[in-house]
Amino acid sequence: MNTSPNMAVEFKNVTKAFGEKRVLNDVSFQLEQGQVLCLLGRSGTGKSVTLKIIMALMRPDSGEVWVDDENVVGLGESCLSMVRKKLGYLFQDAALFDSLTLYENLALPLSRLTKKSKSEIDEKIRRVLSDVSLGSDGAKYPSALSGGMRKRAGLARALVLEPKILLADEPSSGLDRITASEIDDLLLRCKEQHGTALIIVTHDVHGARRIADRVAVLDKGDLVAFGTVEEVARSENDVARRLITE
Amino acid sequence: MRWLGRVIQFVGKVGVFGARVLINVVQPPFELAQVSRQLAEVGTKSITLIVVSGFALGAVMTLHTRNTLVTFGAAAMIPAVQAVSFFVEIGPLVAGLLLAGRVGSGIGAVLANMRASEQIDAIESLSIDSFKFLVVPRVLACVIALPLLTLFMDFAGLLGGFFSEVLSSHISPELYLNGAFDNLQWSNFIAPTLKTAVFGFIIGSVSSYFGYTTDKGAKGVGEAATNSVVVSSLLIIVADVLLIKCIFFLFPDTAI
Repeated sequence: MNTSPNMAVEFKNVTKAFGEKRVLNDVSFQLEQGQVLCLLGRSGTGKSVTLKIIMALMRPDSGEVWVDDENVVGLGESCLSMVRKKLGYLFQDAALFDSLTLYENLALPLSRLTKKSKSEIDEKIRRVLSDVSLGSDGAKYPSALSGGMRKRAGLARALVLEPKILLADEPSSGLDRITASEIDDLLLRCKEQHGTALIIVTHDVHGARRIADRVAVLDKGDLVAFGTVEEVARSENDVARRLITE
Repeated sequence: MRWLGRVIQFVGKVGVFGARVLINVVQPPFELAQVSRQLAEVGTKSITLIVVSGFALGAVMTLHTRNTLVTFGAAAMIPAVQAVSFFVEIGPLVAGLLLAGRVGSGIGAVLANMRASEQIDAIESLSIDSFKFLVVPRVLACVIALPLLTLFMDFAGLLGGFFSEVLSSHISPELYLNGAFDNLQWSNFIAPTLKTAVFGFIIGSVSSYFGYTTDKGAKGVGEAATNSVVVSSLLIIVADVLLIKCIFFLFPDTAI
């Protein structure tokens, strides 16, 4: 069991290596339901790997990963499928399905994983697309969307099943400050309206300071700081302090 | 000897991949919508290529065989030679190789691109079995489509041969068709056509294997496309040898 009934995600001594290179080294942290955790760190320090391990797209070499009362390490495919239904994932480049329209991208999980009727699915998609300001773009293919629109579309797909936990991999990368801020607003709205727990990998310190309840800093596979923005800003670790203050 | 080890390792991996396809084919959920979509992609969009190639090949083959057969006073055998060679070997093999080129490269590149752009991870993250959703329908579509495309190839080849003969000897359609089908038995036709289902399985499985398992990002897309065509074509030719031996064993009257 994980240590708290209100825990959304818990890492316990997680280690992951690719060949000789250790990307996560005995990492432990906890995130409660309804909180926002921003994962900061230089490129290649294991931030995206952390998200993929939570989603069980990768397996850690050792340690435990608790997602809403289930240790996903070692779970079989059918059990993993149940856990994944509680999770939403916004990929770095949105990872929309090229061959499907935006509407079909959102309809796919709804038609397969819920018992909603066609009209209910239509209504749900209309509402979610409207939330991300893409209400009139449902018939477009991903190739016809701009970078910011793709990010919002990816977010819409991640949210369409109303997950308890949302994982977002660099939601504001490659976006201008205003569009990045709009994405941050959408993420905050998820937390406030649905009590969703969010784990966000980001290099956008400005955005992280704005939306994070907790900040974790990874450096060379080690978790070198974890706490509120203020706590990390006072961290003894030089990398963590510089990342959050500069 | 290191290369031999790598070949054995590769064959093992593709074999396991193919076995996984076979297991998933009979397990629900059945991705019928995806199979239908892939059948359109693999089958319908290949018809033009197959028909035009078959027609041209039939015409060229008749032009080549005509001189030889006329020399031996066997010009009347041209329709029979054309029909037997197309239905027994040329149609199935060429259809298989053409599909390996058109569809194999496409499957390899599409799946590799989906892997590189994290679309396969996205499918998994939505609690959808990506193997069942992406790979199995593509393999099934190849297995179903190739025998049907082979029929198109066979008849297009026969038609090409007929046109070539009309221009050379003004043969009537009735005489040509009687000559073509008089010497053709069902065993000449059914077994070679059905063996292309195996070719389809090879194309679908090998191409999907290269695309689905790549981990080299954008570079892997080109590699997957190339490897899909090369290895599928090679395996089709090798499998053809083995399947012909099986057909001779099962239908001894087809062996000369």
